[in-house]
Formats: sequence, structure tokens, C-alpha cells
Amino acid sequence: MKFETVIGLEVHVEMATKSKIFCSCSAEFGGEQNDHVCPACCGMPGMLPIVNKNVVNLGMTAGMMLNCHINRTTTFDKKSYYYPDLPAAYQTTQWFAPVAVNGTVEIETAKGKKAIRIKQIHMEEDAGKLVHDDWTDTTLVDFNRTSVPLIEIVSQPDLSSAEEVVAYLERLRSLLRFARVSDCRMEQGSMRCDVNLSVRPEGTTTLGVRTEMKNMNSLSAIVRAIEYETARHIDAIENGTEELVQETRRWDDIKGKSFAMRSKETAGDYRYFPDPNVMPIVIDDAWYDHIKATLPEFPEVKKARYTGELGLSDYDAGILTDSRALCDCFEAALAVCGSAKEAANWLISDCMNVLNRRQMTADQLTVNGAALGELIRLVTDGKVGRGNAKKILEAMFDADIAPAKYAEENGFIVSNDTGLIEKVIKEAIAADPKAVADFKGGKEKALMALFGKCMKQLKGNCDPQVLRTLLIDEINKA
Amino acid sequence: MKKIMLDQMILTTCCPTNAGSKMLDGYVSLFDATVKEKLTEAGYEIAGKTAVGEFAIDLAGETCFGGDATAAAAKALENDTVAALIAFDVNGAPRRTAAQNGLVFVKPTYGIVSRFGTVPVACSGECVGVMARTAADCREALSAIVGKDERDGTMHADEVCKAAVADTKAVKKVALLKMGADTTEIEAAKAKMSANGIEICEIDAGVIASANAAWNMLMCAELCNNVSRYDGIKYGYRTKNYKSLDELYTNSRTEAFGPLLKTAILYGSDVLSSKNYMAKYDKAMRVRRVIAEAFAKLFAEFDAVLLPTVSKSAYTAEDSAFAENKYTAPASVTGLPAVVADGVQLMGPAFSDGTLLGLAEILAKEGK
Repeated sequence: MKFETVIGLEVHVEMATKSKIFCSCSAEFGGEQNDHVCPACCGMPGMLPIVNKNVVNLGMTAGMMLNCHINRTTTFDKKSYYYPDLPAAYQTTQWFAPVAVNGTVEIETAKGKKAIRIKQIHMEEDAGKLVHDDWTDTTLVDFNRTSVPLIEIVSQPDLSSAEEVVAYLERLRSLLRFARVSDCRMEQGSMRCDVNLSVRPEGTTTLGVRTEMKNMNSLSAIVRAIEYETARHIDAIENGTEELVQETRRWDDIKGKSFAMRSKETAGDYRYFPDPNVMPIVIDDAWYDHIKATLPEFPEVKKARYTGELGLSDYDAGILTDSRALCDCFEAALAVCGSAKEAANWLISDCMNVLNRRQMTADQLTVNGAALGELIRLVTDGKVGRGNAKKILEAMFDADIAPAKYAEENGFIVSNDTGLIEKVIKEAIAADPKAVADFKGGKEKALMALFGKCMKQLKGNCDPQVLRTLLIDEINKA
Repeated sequence: MKKIMLDQMILTTCCPTNAGSKMLDGYVSLFDATVKEKLTEAGYEIAGKTAVGEFAIDLAGETCFGGDATAAAAKALENDTVAALIAFDVNGAPRRTAAQNGLVFVKPTYGIVSRFGTVPVACSGECVGVMARTAADCREALSAIVGKDERDGTMHADEVCKAAVADTKAVKKVALLKMGADTTEIEAAKAKMSANGIEICEIDAGVIASANAAWNMLMCAELCNNVSRYDGIKYGYRTKNYKSLDELYTNSRTEAFGPLLKTAILYGSDVLSSKNYMAKYDKAMRVRRVIAEAFAKLFAEFDAVLLPTVSKSAYTAEDSAFAENKYTAPASVTGLPAVVADGVQLMGPAFSDGTLLGLAEILAKEGK
């Protein structure tokens, strides 16, 4: 018998907000343990939740990016369970009226395009982290992550292979990073997913017994887990190796096996009810339209525009559209300098170089795009040498400076004073008669040595073409 | 400097707040309640804290940790150097105490006094109120604590909060809700109102009589969730008898919580369970809406509603808070203001707090 796999995903994404969902503590990743903590996020009695409006903005944005219907009245609910990482013994989440419902995400695999339906997107708070110390055999709690805002994206069971799951997750990651909902870093846990999986004979429509693998946070582990779990289910059905039960399982990537955690029978009743301390959030037209207007172009639409209208290579457009920060900077620079090719080159080679040297990712680019455009113009207009322009760019990473003003203040403006250039050339020739002789004797390299000395003397502020012509003229005279 | 007392539901950094429970024995909050800050700003001196029943849901303080604290609030006001007492009204306990001790208590309109820094029990209806010897003293202390607080997301605009206390409408027509407790206090209040030219009409309580059934479900559901955080790890009491985390939770809670609270927790859990949610919790929410609509209808015709506060002048061990709250639940479940004076309870439309206190002053007048 041939079987098909039926997979639905619940993807948790930490939102890129500065502060937590119901208090003003920092939501940044890391920090000393229990540094980003206040009485509210560690669940002390008497603190009341105040909704971070940016969380709702990002929840709506995510909904719109995934073609969802936005619920104009959205509410928060309490979900009760006991666990040491949940300080108030309830999680504030959305159960009855999530911010977004009924969306679709289009994925592409070797088999072609496929639409994955989104059941809902809801906003909620994250839990803390348990830190186990084997040496003292104690478990301590780090509440830094408690109340960091999350969205959970629940898909319909429309996925049928590990390949599709990977395509779906990569698509989500690209859309959510582009819309600045989240940085979606699986290795930092800002994107993680629960995999719900069952198998059934091909061609049938009844769903098989479903198992859930929680908190998967690496694509390769997800692929291995899906393959293992599919095989386990088929084996159970075909060979009766075990009885399949609806349960939560834990994937052990080192052992390459999944293990039962808890069955449906022993699962707790979460006793959801509306949180009376958070008033229903009503999204009026003005708010809705504002979020709609700030949505970015989809990355593939942008890429098509870059290669078509702007004439960039597929490779360059691909690099730029991998990061919203690069795209924004590119477009702002282009608007000022007018050359797509130049703007793309400066970003892809020069800016990326600086980023790499500073061990930063493209998303962390903070260079002012309009200023970059101005810098490019200074170079193309021959007002600043390329070498000096790179120094200015470096300074632009540190502060939001005006390139022209900075160039002037630091003596980076190309000199049109031919008198000065000729004086420098004469001095160079006089100081190095051997190089002059070598060049005359046919050694091209000797010219470069003289050229370099002159350029250094001129502090880079000379059009290289002009310098070269004047230098050759002078040598020939000598 | 005027002295004022707080009850054990108001969190303070200066001294422990135990919410009447062994579970919070010795618990000192890291922050002060907004009401405490506002009182200090207004020049009141905090004279101390009065005991409450466990999480303030009992009749009048009889379930207090460490012994019966029935009418502890009233005792605090025996000393006339204390101007008023700030008491947390979850299930009507301070209203019953005031009624049985000849004091005045105002349970303000929901959302005009900050609940920031109060021990949460049933957040959808609980209110910080004021108890005093006279309506004037209540009004003065209430004026000091009303007002928008950015740390409580359920509050009304600042001017709305303040206008509620300043509200002084003429009361011409009052509805007397027939609730099966025609006490002598009700008769006396009727007489005084009539003598002051107020028309009184007897009205059948109708759906309002279901207020306590609905409130008991909502209150216990919210309570069960709110007290879940007391797990024996971070607050007050921890059992000495445990071998696992589950045992630590279970035994701490079993040993620290009293019988009334346990009943409320079990009832609340049941009401919220997935099999009962629609039939119980959701239905109670609908009943709450219907009761609010019934009051809105009443207030289209009447300026205020008169009803009993208690069924008797003192309680015995047989009396149940879940039954006795039938008089106090209408204001708790709707969030409407209620003032207890001369043993009776006056309710009005939202933000008529000042008007109700004015009516209480009429009741307090001698003679006529």
C-alpha cells in the first residue's frame, strides 16, 4: 500500500519589538539571566497587563502578509497550566478572536506551486526558560523570555512532505523578515515550530492518528524528524509494530528518534477564558489602512522589478531582495544617485564588506540610503576619489553623517588644482629616477609605483585619469 | 494629618499584605498600589492595615488566616482618629460589614479607581472602595483615589472618573427591588425617602435575581485562575512535605488554602473546563449582559435603585457567602456603583457615585 503524509504546522515567531507584550521590559534576546524582568512579567499579584500597540501592529502585518482576514475586534484570553517557566500559571494568548484568520501562503517545490492554507495567526506571550545545572542537580528559571511577544501561525494540514515543510518555513521566514515582524532566527529560537503529522493510504480522505512534535528549531532536524515519524507511522499501520495514539512527542536529533511525552488522555484542560484585564482591541479603518499602507512589496515582486525595470542581474537582485534593509537602502540611494547599477554595487560589495568585517548581518545595516546615494554621486561626479569614498562609507556606519560635508571637513575633495598635481608629479619623478627609467624601458609596473606615490601625496584627492595622463606626460618630458 | 487604613488586599511595600490567606503569610510587595500612592499625595497618613477574609470572598472576614476577622473593618473605624478605610470589594464583604455596623461604604463604578497593586481575585468585577462613618468622609477619600492610571488598562478617561464623584443629580424616583428580604432598614429608608419627596416604586427583581448565580461562576472562574500563581515556590507558604514538583504544588496549596477558597477553586475550574465552558461560563457572561440591560432599562425610568445589603444583622456558621451575595452581586456583576448606608444599598447608573453618596446623606439625616 502506498501512503501519504499529512502535516500541519504551528509556527511560533518572536516579534521584533523593543519591549515585551504587556510591560516595558526589554524584549531583546540574551542579556544576563533575569535582567529583563519586572513584577509584571514575573507574574506578581497586583500588576495589570497593558498591551504593547506595536505587537498588534506586527500581528496585523503578519496577517496581511499571509493574505489573512483581520479580525476587527480581537481579544486576549487566559490559558491556565502549571509549569515552572510560567510564573503566573497562565499564559495570555488569543483563543476566541485571534488577530488574523483564513490566509494562504504559496510555496514552490520541485513539484511546482502549492497554496498552503493558514487557519489563524494569534498573538501571545512567550514563557521563561528553565536552566538545568547538572553539577548541583537543580533547575533554575530565567524569566528574560517571559512575556516576549510571539505570533503563532497555525496552518491547515495541507503539507505532505519534508520538502514542502522546508519550503513553507522558508517562505514564512522571508515574508516575516521582509515585513520586519521578526528576525526569524531559528538558532536563537525566535522561530520554532510544532509539527503535527499523520499518514493515510494514498487516495483516502480520513485523517490518521496524529502525533505532535514540539519546539523544533532547525530545518535539518525537522526534515529528519518528519522522515522518521512518517516511517514509524507506516510501520505501525502496515506491520502492527505498535499502536499509534494521539500524543505529544519529543524529537531527539542526536538519537534520531522521537519519544512519547504525553498522551491526549493525560493532557491538561487549559480552561481558556477572556482576560478581563485586557479590553477588546477594536481595529478601526484608519488603523487598518495605516498598516496596509506600510506593507512592503513582496520580495519576489521586488526582485522582478529590480531585474526588469532597473536592469540588475538576477544575482544582484537576489542578494538585495534577501534583506529588507538592503532593499530599503538601495531604493533610497537610487532615488538620489539615479544609477541602479552603481547603488547595487556599493551595497553588494562595499557595504557587505563592512558588514562582514563588523560581523553584522545585512538586516543590521543602518546606513542612511539617501546619504549613500549622495556619496555615490560625489564619486561619479569625480568630486571624491573612490578610496576616500570608502573611508566616508565606513564613517557612515558609525553615524548618520552628510557625505559632502564630511568630505570637505576631512579634506577628501578632489583637487582641480593642476599646479599642485604637477608639483607633486615633478617631486616624485625627481625622487625616483630609476622608476622613470624603468617605465621608459617598457616596465608598465614602474608607472604604478609613481602613480601610487603621487596619489598618496595628494591624499587621494585627484581624479585617477587626470593624474595618470599628467604623469605620463611629465615622464615623457623628463 | 488625616489617618486612613487599608485592608489586606491593597499591596504595599512598607508592610506585608497577606490577602487574609496563609498562602501569602508575610508577603511584602515590591511595589505600592496606586491608591496608596494617591492617598499619600493627598496628605493622608496610612495608619495600618485591616484583616480580610481569605482573598476577600467570604461573608465578612470570618475565613481570615490567623483567626476570625469578622467586621475587622468596622473595628478600625471605631477609633475616630481614622477618617476612612480603603477596602477591596470582590464579593460584597465590605458592603455587608458596613450594613451590619451602621457605616457607609461606596463601591465605585468599575474603572474609576485603579486596581493596580491590589491582589487580583475576580478582575472583571472587583473594585477598590471606601468605608467611613459618614457619606461625606467616603466622598472625600474617594475623591483622593479616583482617576485614570496608565497602569490599569480597564480604566475610564480621567475626567470621566472625576466627574463620577462630582456627580450630583436630583433623585426624584427610586425603584425598590423586591429581593425577599424586607428588612426594617428598607422600611426606614423608604420612609425617609418619601419624607424627602422621593417617589418609590416596588419592582420585581426579575433577571437581576440571577446576578449571584452568574457572579459566583465568573468570580470563582477568575479566582481559580488568579490564585494559580500561588504554587508554594515564590510566595509565602511552602509545604515541608514533598518529593516531587507536583507534590510541592499540591501539598502547599492543600495546606495553605482554607475550605471556602478550595470550594471556589474547584467550582471555578469546573466552570471553565472545556466540557462546561459554554453551558456555564459563557452562559454566565450572557446573563451578565442581560442583567446590565435590565439595569439600563430601570435607569431610564428611575434615578436610583434601593435594595437590601444583607438578609440578617449577624451571621452564623451556617450562612454562605455564595447565597448571601445575592444582594451585592448585582453591582459586582455589572460594575455599577453601589453605596451602603443605614443598612440598605443604593445603586445607580454608571458614574452616579456622587449622586448615590448624596442620597446616602439624605438617609443619614435625623428626624423627618
